[in-house]
Amino acid sequence: MNDMFEYMKPKRDVAIIGIGCTKFGELWDKGLKELVVEAGVKAVEDAGITGNELQLLIGGNMSGGMFAGQEHMGALLADYLGLNHIPAIRTEAACASSSVGLRIGYLAVASGLYDFVAVGGVEKMTDVYGSHATTALAGAMDQESEATIGLTFPGVYALIARRHMHEYGTTREQLAMVSVKNHKNALNNPVAHFHKSVTIEEVMNSPLIADPLRLLDCSPITDGAAAVILAPAEIAKKYTDTPVYIKASAQASDTLSIAARKDICTLEATRTAAERAYKQAGVKPEDIDLAEVHDCFTINEIIAYEDLGFCKKGEGGKFIEEGMSEIGGKIPVNPSGGLKAKGHPVGATGVAQIVEVVEQLRGEAGKRQVSGAEIGLAHNVGGSGATVVIHILSR
Amino acid sequence: MEYAVPFHWRRFKERYHLIGSVCENCGSYFYPKRSICPKCRRKGKLKDYKFSGKGRIYSYTVIRVPPSGFDEYVPYVVAIVELEEGCKIASQIVDCDPEDVRIGMPVKACFRKIREENKSGIILYGFKFRPE
Amino acid sequence: MPSIGIVGYGAYIPRLRIKAEEIARVWGSDKESLKRITQEKSVPDIDEDTVTMAVEASRQALLRAGIDPKEIGAVYVGSESHPYVVKPTASIVAEAIDATPVMTAADLEFACKAGTAGIQAVYGLVCAGKIKYGLAIGSDTAQGRPGDALEYTAAAGAAAYIVGSKDIIAEIEETYSFTTDTPDFWRREGESFPRHAGRFTGDPSYFKHVISATKGLLEKTGFAIDDFNYFVFHQPNAKFPLAAAKILGIDKEKVIPGLVVPYIGNTYSGSSLIGLAAVLDKAKPGERILITSYGSGAGSDSFSILVKDLIEEKRDLGKKVEDMIKNKTYIDYATYVKYRRKLKGIGE
Repeated sequence: MNDMFEYMKPKRDVAIIGIGCTKFGELWDKGLKELVVEAGVKAVEDAGITGNELQLLIGGNMSGGMFAGQEHMGALLADYLGLNHIPAIRTEAACASSSVGLRIGYLAVASGLYDFVAVGGVEKMTDVYGSHATTALAGAMDQESEATIGLTFPGVYALIARRHMHEYGTTREQLAMVSVKNHKNALNNPVAHFHKSVTIEEVMNSPLIADPLRLLDCSPITDGAAAVILAPAEIAKKYTDTPVYIKASAQASDTLSIAARKDICTLEATRTAAERAYKQAGVKPEDIDLAEVHDCFTINEIIAYEDLGFCKKGEGGKFIEEGMSEIGGKIPVNPSGGLKAKGHPVGATGVAQIVEVVEQLRGEAGKRQVSGAEIGLAHNVGGSGATVVIHILSR
Repeated sequence: MEYAVPFHWRRFKERYHLIGSVCENCGSYFYPKRSICPKCRRKGKLKDYKFSGKGRIYSYTVIRVPPSGFDEYVPYVVAIVELEEGCKIASQIVDCDPEDVRIGMPVKACFRKIREENKSGIILYGFKFRPE
Repeated sequence: MPSIGIVGYGAYIPRLRIKAEEIARVWGSDKESLKRITQEKSVPDIDEDTVTMAVEASRQALLRAGIDPKEIGAVYVGSESHPYVVKPTASIVAEAIDATPVMTAADLEFACKAGTAGIQAVYGLVCAGKIKYGLAIGSDTAQGRPGDALEYTAAAGAAAYIVGSKDIIAEIEETYSFTTDTPDFWRREGESFPRHAGRFTGDPSYFKHVISATKGLLEKTGFAIDDFNYFVFHQPNAKFPLAAAKILGIDKEKVIPGLVVPYIGNTYSGSSLIGLAAVLDKAKPGERILITSYGSGAGSDSFSILVKDLIEEKRDLGKKVEDMIKNKTYIDYATYVKYRRKLKGIGE
């Protein structure tokens, strides 16, 4: 199918002037409302605004309904953030819920119709019992043909992993390396879910979830929220010395079910969104200084290296084995610890990735700082790749 | 979650007989059925198509942590089967030890229980695949 | 009046088996004495039940019959393990073989003879000219009470018979039944496992009905034992059918081809019908088969069946019982108990 998009020029550039993120983890004491307020307040304080400037509120959330019986999340956000009566909506695209929201916020400011927009994401996953969480997450796949026959999320990515191992010789050890690297990076991330390193042996001996994927290949069930404040680039410096600019905001979709894909060893939506993003930002893969990618399962980080153009197709395993994605490597990937070790509160992940990239570009990433970071990329996937959103940010 | 009967009932024929769609315009096969051809859209001509049931395993996994309703089936094999018509579908593999499943293995559709939501709800039947 | 009989037949035996000695190991029973009862029995997989097996057997019968399923005017499924107490197995089977919607259907229960009762019902409808073809199925996933004698034999299997008047492969020459109120084996609503009356299940139950029905059929038809090449009796274990044969003066060699119980156990409503299928897999045109079922409660249906020429053409179009018997994998008692859902609390 021809790409019909002649990239539309934005009326003006958009900057991120404030960021906020809660601790990620099993946050028994906090419900949806507490998480949302915590992240929102941090972002507003970081932006140095009063909050009265905000004109539009966008909250990404995959499944308040199934996890907490709560729909109508837009209204909940506006109410509990004390932002009645501004327009507020919830965006949903499974695990890409808040990057899809960020894109809408970007479009709102870039179009000139809005000046100050708050975009956040939240997920409260620990208020349901185990198999109910698995069932809720299965909403990201095709209910009738995948969930109904007993496929699970780890199962979908296990099917991808096995085929990738079959076609390209990717090894179990290479998958484990993703987990090892991300756990190591998370040690230096104060908000991460896990502060515990793991070894390749520990990953390969952890309990099987869906062969060949094991417990330590899978991102955890996490609670958390994150938020950013968007403003027109031309006035950003009034609020912050370190504005970060959104150079590209791209999104692509693909088949809902994995069986309907032509080639399951690649996420065509990643390649399409990446092509659009690189074009909009006027950069190439080599120009990216760091990337936060969607390692919901270790295999997905390996495929992301390939689909984002960091290495050739099929060579993702080699890329990590040679240390290319370490902090200090060719393109540091997931310096935050990624979804695996930082945690994956599904609806919050998209914006949380942006928060990390902004911290890196501001030089505020402490011990996990990528030195000289000027251009960062965030890659957020919904489901098994039916939605992919890519943002490219720069100083 | 237990859906009311119509959610599954409207798919009975497709699940009992492995009926999907074929687009007479572009020759593509689809399972599950589609209302519009994703390639041709309104130029497409979709007809019901009953697959032969023969195929080969394209990829597979063994589910060990089940969603609700599947607890008693663990461990079970879910695969992507490439049907001989060229279309790929997700389904369980039965009559085979999980250790013996291989990519490329020829399989044929059979009629099995898919699941019971709970003790009092209806039982869902449909196709699974077994080694040929 | 054209001859009416079997147009297509099919069977289904699940792949899993458990050895009698494995059950004996858990309950401390004497393995040697069990050898006369049965060697091993079939076990349905966790996702198999009376419905799925009935569908598989019916699809085999259709392959042999080569008819348009829409021409089937009636479907009856006989079982004592229908998955629903209310909602027929027969309508699911009818849908799964594409016989719907212009047809009648119902489920039958008469312990192990519900399948043959179904054959009599469709036979009657075909004889009356009310339907072109009728499908009768005997299918069961019998439950054995843990530690009980019947746990060694309660097995799973199905057989399906399409009856019609066109292109028949075996003629149903005559049928004779013998029925009394004899509660030798029963299960009350809500109970998980059946109960039986011990030694009462022998002479006043199985033997009285099987022998009376068989003798009645011989008298009705005027045939003698020597007019039959094969005898298939209901097979709750290996002992009973051979003992019945002895009483009737039947040569053991005529019973053995239809004796499947040592390899797959007692498939209840499928029992005599799978035995019949095993015989049809090898019988020659012109040979004559006598089959007598037995259902506790109690009754026997006896049939005289004459094999026709067309069987040579049709027999190989479906799976053979012998091949299904050989296609097996053994499981242990723990796995058996898991699959037969005798464990509490899974997923609760």
